[in-house]
This record gives sequence, C-alpha cells and structure tokens, in this order.
Amino acid sequence: MTSFTLPKPPGRTGRSAELVLLVFAVALAALGYTAVQVAVTGSPSGGILSYALGLGVLYGLAHLAVRRWAPYADPLLLPCVGLLNGLGLVMIRRLDLAAAESARQQGKVIPRADAPLQLVWTVIGVVAFVALLAVVRDHTRLTRYAYTCAAAGLVLLMLPAVPGVGATINGARLWIRVGPLTVQPSEVAKILLMVFFAAFLVAKRDVLSLASRRILGLDLPRARDLGPVLVAWGFSILVLVRENDLGSSLLFFGIFVAMLYIATERTSWLLIGLSMFLASSFLVYGLFAHVQRRVDTWLDPFAYSSGNGYQIVQGFFGMGTGGIFGTGLGEGSPGTVPYAKTDFIVAAIGEELGLVGVMAVLVVFLVVVARGLRAAIGCRDSFGKLLAGGLAFSMGLQVFVIVGGVTGLIPLTGVTLPFLSYGGSSVVTNYVLIALLLRISDAGRRPAPAPVSPAAARAQLADAPTTVVRR
Amino acid sequence: MNRPLRRVGLACLVLFGLLLLQVNWIQVVKAKDYRNDPRNRRVLLRTYDRERGPIVVGSGKNRLAVAKSMVTTDALKYLRVYPGKEAYAPVTGFASFVYGYTGIERQENSVLSGDDERLLVRRLSDYITGRQVKGGTVELTLQDKAQRAAYNGLAGKRGAVVALDPRTGAILAEATSPSYDPAAVSSHDAKGIRAAYQQLLGLTTDPMTNRAVQRTYPPGSTFKVITSAAALAHGYSPTTRIPSPPVLNLPGTTANLGNFGGEHCGDNKTDTLLDSLVISCNTAFGALGMKLGQDVVRQQAEAFGFGDSSLDLPQPVAGSVFPTDLTQAQTAQSSIGQYDVRVTPLQMALVAAGIGNGGDVMRPYLVKDVLAPDLSTLGKADVKLYRHAVSSSVAAQLTAMMVAVVARGTGTAAQITGVTVAGKTGTAQHGPGAAPHAWFIGFAPAVNPVVAVAVVVEDGGSLGSDATGGKVAAPIAKAVMEAVLHP
Repeated sequence: MTSFTLPKPPGRTGRSAELVLLVFAVALAALGYTAVQVAVTGSPSGGILSYALGLGVLYGLAHLAVRRWAPYADPLLLPCVGLLNGLGLVMIRRLDLAAAESARQQGKVIPRADAPLQLVWTVIGVVAFVALLAVVRDHTRLTRYAYTCAAAGLVLLMLPAVPGVGATINGARLWIRVGPLTVQPSEVAKILLMVFFAAFLVAKRDVLSLASRRILGLDLPRARDLGPVLVAWGFSILVLVRENDLGSSLLFFGIFVAMLYIATERTSWLLIGLSMFLASSFLVYGLFAHVQRRVDTWLDPFAYSSGNGYQIVQGFFGMGTGGIFGTGLGEGSPGTVPYAKTDFIVAAIGEELGLVGVMAVLVVFLVVVARGLRAAIGCRDSFGKLLAGGLAFSMGLQVFVIVGGVTGLIPLTGVTLPFLSYGGSSVVTNYVLIALLLRISDAGRRPAPAPVSPAAARAQLADAPTTVVRR
Repeated sequence: MNRPLRRVGLACLVLFGLLLLQVNWIQVVKAKDYRNDPRNRRVLLRTYDRERGPIVVGSGKNRLAVAKSMVTTDALKYLRVYPGKEAYAPVTGFASFVYGYTGIERQENSVLSGDDERLLVRRLSDYITGRQVKGGTVELTLQDKAQRAAYNGLAGKRGAVVALDPRTGAILAEATSPSYDPAAVSSHDAKGIRAAYQQLLGLTTDPMTNRAVQRTYPPGSTFKVITSAAALAHGYSPTTRIPSPPVLNLPGTTANLGNFGGEHCGDNKTDTLLDSLVISCNTAFGALGMKLGQDVVRQQAEAFGFGDSSLDLPQPVAGSVFPTDLTQAQTAQSSIGQYDVRVTPLQMALVAAGIGNGGDVMRPYLVKDVLAPDLSTLGKADVKLYRHAVSSSVAAQLTAMMVAVVARGTGTAAQITGVTVAGKTGTAQHGPGAAPHAWFIGFAPAVNPVVAVAVVVEDGGSLGSDATGGKVAAPIAKAVMEAVLHP
C-alpha cells in the first residue's frame, strides 16, 4: 500500500481544505521570498523557483502523511504552520542579505547565511512530523513511556549545566554542543516533560482534585499532594539559577500549573502556582543582579538605550518605523536590531510588514492555539485532552513570553518564536508538537463506530461474561 | 476537563489581546516618536540615502557650489562636502548627524533634503517611477569675489564683514573670522565629528559664531552717522555750527568726554556738523545728542532697524540696541556709539545701504532662489522695503558728509581710484585696557551705489591699541567694494 492509493476514509475529513490552504501558504511564502529578492538585489533570481518547489514538496509530503495516518485531523493546523515557517524562512533570508550587505560595506568577511540551514532544519522537522504520525498511531500508548519521558526530559534539561557539554551563549547556559552544531535541549525537554505531566496528572487526578481541606473558603489540597508542584517549581528555579534561562523557567512552570489546573479543575492550584511564581520572582529579583538589570531595563528601556536596553530600544525603533503598513519586505533596516533572526524576529516583521503583518502573525498563532485546544476538547480520553491542552497552551504562552518581551509588555526573556525564529531545535520540536496535536485531533474527530441498535446492545450485554474490572 | 480547557482558551485570548494592544501602542501611537528619534539609525540612513541638494553662489560660468553631496561607498550613501570651506562656513553652516544642522543647511533644510512640500508632487512621481529622490538647490545672493575679499581681508584677525546691494538688500558678502571647516563636523565618523566639534567649542575665539549677524558690538563713531541723520531731520544742515568744546562735561558726573588723541575740533568752541563728522569729533556729537535728546536719537536709530530682533535672512539676526532711560551723560556717550549701544555688523551695513539708497533701507536677504532638482524655480526672494529711515534730502546731505569723510577725513584709506566712496570710521572702546574695535561703514559709488559695506575688526586686529577704524577696517571695506565694482 503506497501513500498514493489511499482508501477514502468515510465522512468529512477536511483534507481538501487543508491542501488548498497549504497551496495558499506556500504561494504566500514564495511571494515574500520574491519580494525580498527584488527589493534587495534588484532582480527576481536567486532560486525562487527551487525555494517554492522545495516548500511545496515538503508540505505536500506532510499533507500526504496526514492523509494517510491522521485523515480526520484538524485541517487548519498544518497550513498555519506552513505559513509561519515559510514567513520565517523569508525573514531569515532577508536578514542574511542585510548582514551580507553590511559586512560588504565594512569590508568584513560575509557571515554564513542562515536561511539554507534553517531550510535543512525545516526538512528534518517535517521528517520528524511524518515519522511521529507514522509511528505513534494511538497517542494513549505514550502513557506507557511516561517515566522514560520524564527521565529523558530532566536529563536534557540539566545537560547544559554539565561542564564540557554545555555552552554559554549570550550569558545563558541553555545550549549543548553536538559536533559543529549547538542544540537547545530545553525545547525537546519541554515536550517530553509535557507527556510525562499529562500521564502523571491523569493517573493522580482524583487524589489531586478531591482530597482537600477548606481553609478561608478555599479548597486547598493536602500538604503531601503538593509534592509534584514543589518538584516542578524547584526544577524551574534550578534551571533559572543554574542556566540563567528566565524564559524556559517561566514557560515550564506556567505549563505545569496550567496542566494541573486542567487536570483537576481546581482554581486553588492556579492561585497556589501563581503565588509560588510571584514569591520566587521576588526572591530571584532580590538575589540576582542580572535579573534586577533585566527588570530595570524593562521598566525604562530608553534609560539604558546604549547598554542593556539597546536591543529592545532598537526593536521599538524598527517597529515604530514600520508603522501600520511597514516599509515593505527588503526596504527597512531590520539588521540594526541585534539577534533579529532569533528572539527579535517579530521586530523585523513589524518593521517590514508593519502592524498589519505582526497582527496577522499573532492571529495565525492564536488560530493554532485555538485549534489545539479544540482538539483537546474534542478528544475522548483524559490523557489526550490534557496533553493537547498543555501543548496548545505552551505554544500560546511561548508566543506571549517572547512577543511580550520584545514589545516591552513583560521583561525580556530569550525564547524563540515558534516556526519563525532561526533555530534548529525549536523548529524540529515544534513540528513534533504539531504532529502530536494532529494525532490527538484525529482521534477526536474520527467518526464514532457505527452505532449498535439498543436491542442488539442489550443482547450483547446479556451474553457477555462477567469480568474483573481492574483499575 | 472541558471547562478548564475553555478557560485556558479564554486566558490565551486575553494574553494575545494584550499583545495586540501593545503592538498597536508601539506601531501606531508611539510610531512617530520612534521613527524620528535621533538614536534611531534608520533616520540617519534615510537622510544620507538621498542626494542632499547643493548650496550655490553666482550664476552661469561663475556658478559655484559651496556645499554639495558626494557619493561614497560606505553605509551612508552620500557625504556632505564644503568646497566653500572657511570663507562660506558662517553662511552654509554644517550638516552633522551628531550636532544637527546650522546656517543655511538648517534654515533651508526642507528644500535641501527634498522633504519640502513644494517638492511633494515630484517626490510622488519619483516614488512611482523608482527614480532616486533628490534634494533641491539653494542659490545664495553672495558674490564669490566679494566674499573672498571679505574673508581674506579678515585673515588672522577677529571680526566680520557684511556687504549688500543697497538697491535690493541682497547680501553680497557675509564673512566672519576666525572660521572653521564645516566638513570636519559633517563627516560620517561620529568620533571624529565629536573631537572636531569639542576642539572648536574649546577655542576662545568662537569660530562657530557668525559674528556678522549673531554678535553685537559697540558701534563707536560709526553711530555718529545716525546722530547726524537725527540732527538733519530736525532742522540742522551740514553747515550748521554746533558746540565743540575741547572737553565735554558730562552732567551729573565727575567724568568728562574728550576727543580722540586729545585733538581739538574747529575753533575749540564750535564747528560745522559736516566738519565734526569728517574729523569725528566726540565732544560735538556728545553735546549734539544731549541737545536733540535721547528719544530723537533712538527714534532715528530705530528707523534704521535698531530694536528689531525678528529679522531673518533666513539666518536669524540678533537685534541691535539703543538703550532706554538714559541720563544726559549716558545720552552723550550713546550718541557717539558708546555706553550700552550694541549693533550687529549687518545693522551698520543696513545704515550705510539706507543712506546710499536715498533713505530707504531694503530688507536684507541671503537666498536668491530655491530650485527643484530639475532646476525649475520653487521660490524667489521678494525685494521689499524694510525701513524708510530718512528723507531723500537728508540722505543726500548725509552722503555728501560721508564722501567728505573718505575724501579728506578719517576714512581716506577707503578711497578707490575713479570712484567716489562715502564712508565713516569708528574706533569703539569696550572696557578698560582692551584695544578698541575698528569699524568702517560705507558705500560706493556715492551716487546710485551698488554696494554698501560694514567692517568690524575686534580689538584693533594686529595694530592693537594703536588701531583706528581708518587704519584697520577701511582697507578691508575698500577691497570688498572694489570686488563688487570690478567683478
């Protein structure tokens, strides 16, 4: 059986809609690529056709994999991802050209172009996406590997702190060196830990949600049930302190508290989590000078415009210069913002595509989050619900943390903008995340088996032997 | 679990709502501030991405750019260069991305940069056709030969020269010394710019001050022309004999007013108004001023433009002042251009020009034409009356008196062969021990003049305390007038 002779699954699948939207996404990315090429070099050459064809083939394969292994999956997720990833490649290409131009003017060596590398990572990401759909046919089977996932996740998380393996880049120790590449293992750890959280919380959910004491009108959990929260909190603090990674720490804790809340339906967990977060924030603020600097910079970036606030102020300038409609692709100077390809890619988008572009990107992310939560609500099993909910929320929270940081809404912490920022581990991990969401959504949207008539059901029940129900 | 999932969805919606609000705040509300913040390098790149228009003098074959833009190979595409160098620096000013713009670079920035609204249609068509947007051209009224004569005449001294066409008010020369090279602060090297600017700022000689229009001096005896004008307008004639004691007692004080070098005027009792001006008799004009009264003298000064601090060439011009609420003694001193009388060199050039032009002072201007990049005219200077200072008969009498000053008085050094020159010298004391400022104002030819000039040399130039306006300032004025008369 090959992918090209798929049996038509019964009922509405939405696959054709997905295909049309994917074609649109690829066309838009190709158009953006052309615009950059024309604006910067003056001619529409530079492998636009191979870029468009490459992206087309890539998403064609992803689409066929979904058709084959998750035919009922949500039709919006993959096109949204394709659009974001395509736009990310365009912006990275554009920033490559800016860096080359500036190096040429200063008579320096032209730096390595990142866009081709990002394209390779995208290919790897799509391969991982296809592989996950092919291998994990039933997401509930993941619960068997919950503790393996937890162990692997923790090891990955702590790996950068190990001397000799970890690498410190820009003051944060969240990379490891693998040959010539640096990989950010916390991205991978994030998904592994979410699988564990989901499995763990589903298993313990009765205890966590029912056993309680009522204090001051609040249903508070028993002290010993606080164990898991304390462990998660402890780890997030450890990550923060040991690896100087504010963003990941915030993300982990936020995701864990949200999943705890979804699993138990108890608001008290939210309050406990929030107060622990606030307490640790104050503690960390008081103890560490670099955190204080970061908060001071956030409160008044212009007071530090040539020092710590330089990057954020340059980001503001870029976005302000872009205004509502932007300068147009290739017409601005997004290269003046440091790290525009990674953390600050949203500033580059804001400058060249304007407010309109940034809002469009945010809305596409919101669609991804909403469809992810939709998959969670539609899923029939608790593990799938919790995992999908966690994955969707993690995407939303990550976008909030980095875009909020760049726009000065919250203190700046370095996390990637999913699918847009340059960075291999981020791209690959997020493709796996989307594959998991598609897997869960496929399970939820799959039509229920043909209903059995009530009489027949009764007859079946009458014939059935008694069984021992094991819990 | 569906209820908490929906709530998480709601929370995400709120978070994204906050992001959308914040992005709108930055890209809409604060956009203009950020776009124009001087720390925003994009402002610079945009400014230097366009060819800034040139500032030119002369026309036809003699057309000369004193400031223009050149293509470079670095990140900032155009470099501003100043072929006019030090001689034109007080007029052109500089265009620096560190210290902003001064002079014409500042006053006519919108045309030079191409942002002027008169260039809007053209800019639109450039935008559509993809043609590079360029700045317009500013044509100055300056004459290169006169400007060079003025700057070279001041060489090594501190001072200023203003020459203008009495018939129109067009400024023909506006020089100041010492000067500076605007290129040093208009380069693309911020460090170099700062160093050069701080060095210039540290000099006690103030090379970046445009002395011709922004600094005021005591006018000394050149002011006697104004006192004479007041007298002639109030019934005196050049032949009227006025008291000219060897020493004038200043009422209410123990001080006296003497003459330059202790000289005597006339028969030591009286002298004619004409001869008093020719030999620049202090006691006669001090007494005359007291006789006329401070209000008459002040009104005459104001009729020439004193008290007006809103003059714009388009360079802003400092106001010249005749003080108020004077005692008799102060009136006497003010009538010979001492005490608190303060004038710009431009103001004294206007006095000379007004007398030469039959009593009508024309409004001075520096920008002749403003041209679009395709050399079509965007704007032309209006020739306008600035002040009706004296009647034509008074102007004629004053001219005759000033001709006598140059022919046989203190201003003989300004004589030009074959041309009748009218003028008045001044040697202005300013503070005890300091060498006096040397002045000369005048115009040529005496009838239907084509050039009026004012020269001031601070602290007597190289002659120091031996300096007089006749020795130090008159030769410079002569050279500038000759440059205009024989282009």
